[in-house]
Amino acid sequence: MGTGVGTAAASSRRPILALVPRIRSRAVTALGILLLGLVAFWLVENAVHDIGQFGLVTLNGITNGSIYALVAIGYTLVYGILELINFAHGDVFSWGAMIAYSVAISWLGADHHSGIELFGILAVALLCAGAFCATLNIAVERVAYRRLRNAPRLAPLITAIGMSFVLSNAIAVVYGFNYVSSEPLLSRRALFTIEGQSYGWDKLIVLLITVPTLMSLMVVVKRTRWGKAMRATAQNRDAARLMGIDVDRAIAFAFGIGGALAGIGGFVYLVYFTQGRFDLGFQIGLFAFTAAVLGGIGNILGAALGGYLIGFIENYNSGLTWHAPGPSWTESLIFILLILILVFRPHGLLGEELSTRS
Amino acid sequence: MRSRLRLPSVPPATRTRLERALLAVCFCTLALYPWLYSNYLSTTLTQWLPDTSTAFVILAFTVMGLGLNFVVGYAGLLDLGYVAFFAAGAYVAGWLASEQFANAGSVVFGGTVLPKTPGIHLSPWLVLLAAALFSALLGVVIGVPTLRLRGDYLAIVTLGFGEIIPQFVRNGDNLGGFNLTNGAFGMNGIDGLGFGNTVHHAIHTLPSNFLNELDSRWYYWTALALVVVTIVTSLLLRDSRLGRAWIAIREDEDAAAAMGVPLMRTKTLSYAIGAFFGGAAGAMITLQAGATSPDAFSLQVSIFVLCMVILGGIGNVWGVTLGGILLAYVNYKGLFAAGNTFNSTFGTNVDISQYAYLIYGVAIVLFMLVRPEGLIPSARRRAELVEEPEEENVGAEASPA
Repeated sequence: MGTGVGTAAASSRRPILALVPRIRSRAVTALGILLLGLVAFWLVENAVHDIGQFGLVTLNGITNGSIYALVAIGYTLVYGILELINFAHGDVFSWGAMIAYSVAISWLGADHHSGIELFGILAVALLCAGAFCATLNIAVERVAYRRLRNAPRLAPLITAIGMSFVLSNAIAVVYGFNYVSSEPLLSRRALFTIEGQSYGWDKLIVLLITVPTLMSLMVVVKRTRWGKAMRATAQNRDAARLMGIDVDRAIAFAFGIGGALAGIGGFVYLVYFTQGRFDLGFQIGLFAFTAAVLGGIGNILGAALGGYLIGFIENYNSGLTWHAPGPSWTESLIFILLILILVFRPHGLLGEELSTRS
Repeated sequence: MRSRLRLPSVPPATRTRLERALLAVCFCTLALYPWLYSNYLSTTLTQWLPDTSTAFVILAFTVMGLGLNFVVGYAGLLDLGYVAFFAAGAYVAGWLASEQFANAGSVVFGGTVLPKTPGIHLSPWLVLLAAALFSALLGVVIGVPTLRLRGDYLAIVTLGFGEIIPQFVRNGDNLGGFNLTNGAFGMNGIDGLGFGNTVHHAIHTLPSNFLNELDSRWYYWTALALVVVTIVTSLLLRDSRLGRAWIAIREDEDAAAAMGVPLMRTKTLSYAIGAFFGGAAGAMITLQAGATSPDAFSLQVSIFVLCMVILGGIGNVWGVTLGGILLAYVNYKGLFAAGNTFNSTFGTNVDISQYAYLIYGVAIVLFMLVRPEGLIPSARRRAELVEEPEEENVGAEASPA
């Protein structure tokens, strides 16, 4: 803190200091390339070792990644507009899974039907989960975040943490603290097999739901007036307001879309894993947030890409047999990745350079 | 960012006579609490008041709240992984005062065990210090790469560390074949607080139970002493050059940097000092419990400690102390008591403590919406929070929604 002395010393050191960032950025790039090379080598080695396992794990990665992608987009949309990490988003996802359970299994008894009836029931559950979560997310924004929009930045973040506790424990109040679970809804009969490892309907349906959802999302965001209003608000809220955009509605729209995607994600999770619990959204929410950061927060395509990457990392780590750290380290690996990205490449894979607003 | 900030009027740090008297009364009540409880209160208010060991835990958590206040309250860095330092302190206590490293032979240095007991057994007072220092070091190690990040990014990274460290502890029973942490079982048989045989042999006149394993009153008084030390450190640092630098960073990082405040060093110091007290509190809780396990280090603990700071008044030592005692009381005694009273009154059988985090969640949201400055806000912080929104609202003035 000795400012008087410090400036003199700093100016005499400046020529050397000026070199430091350049050297460091080169070293970081070199290290990054080395690391990626090692990972690539490890993957190839694993694929050679046991191609069937590798294929299965890859497909599992796509399946899990779809869920992360659906949830990650909700984080990225909200962060893009409000610069708020919506901690409660993971719990909106949990609500989606639980509502899907209530509708599909408790109410319509999906586990006793098959064929076209089953698909009808699942469609109803999907719509219910999506609609419920969209409403829930909009309500959360209206109740908790809107009043804090101009407050110091930590205030809405802390509120979001509080909302997360409220939402997840509200599930515990309604459904209890234990897992709700059902028999597998879709037959795990193999559609095709790779080297003895089968791929069934329960995995395919995840992709059958996720891919069209993501595509229609892109259309909504890029092509419709609502999407345009949302993007304008994200870019510059004041300018958007001056252009006659109802900013509150655009923000509510972003929350609604994010919530609907989380609800669909919850439905997909339930159909695939056939179980759910009140704290389900905590870890998945964190992974999905990591995915959003990985892809470049604020970037929808990036969030989807990040989601699939996280899915791969999780499954390769826990499923591969040759020198994998194993499932007990998955969380640590993903958080270490998150920290590395935030420290060395805070704008993520696809994102633009972030502003340094505090 | 806050160019038109209305200069907050910060009252000089003098206290009125009433405030001094109130403080003295509070301190005396707390200091005499074990005696008051066993002689008077335990018969009448037994259901509502914590016994001495519970009161110890309450005070230990208050130390954690005060420690987090250095980071969140003073420097304005949101730390969601404070539990990492709790874990660090707990495991240092486990390493230095149990039979964890029994195959390293017997190292008894002032520990509260018989001589020749296998494992490392340092004097618990040294263990407290070592745990605090180790935590502070961990704080520096975590802080140096991450404190460059701002605001909510920092929050997420600290949250990540708060998740990584318990997982490391859980998997730490086989680190290249070496059992560092005993894995998911945690560590047991950790020594208690006391002065050990060395001192005991030197002073023969005192009763033997006094110097070996101390009873719960001594834990309580140790915790109270630590609370006092933390409060005094907080007050001294707040009014120091470092404290002013923290507050400058909290209010406007860029302006502080422009004024010559070395950001990284100042932030890292706040992180390390906060970690120091977190580690001390963690070690103390572990010494009392005699055991520790990775299940104790969940995100919920971080949030719980953060709630103390928010509830009490971010940045105000007295507020955080009050918030800490209040919230820890609610968590460790009040909720049970309220639940029991509720059940016996209405003849129901609801386990209210199950829903503790629902209640905390509602409390956080309500507090942020209604009284973001906390129970006893710091004057400067209040001025910051009630400040009229400006730059974000330029458009609102032009076209009211």
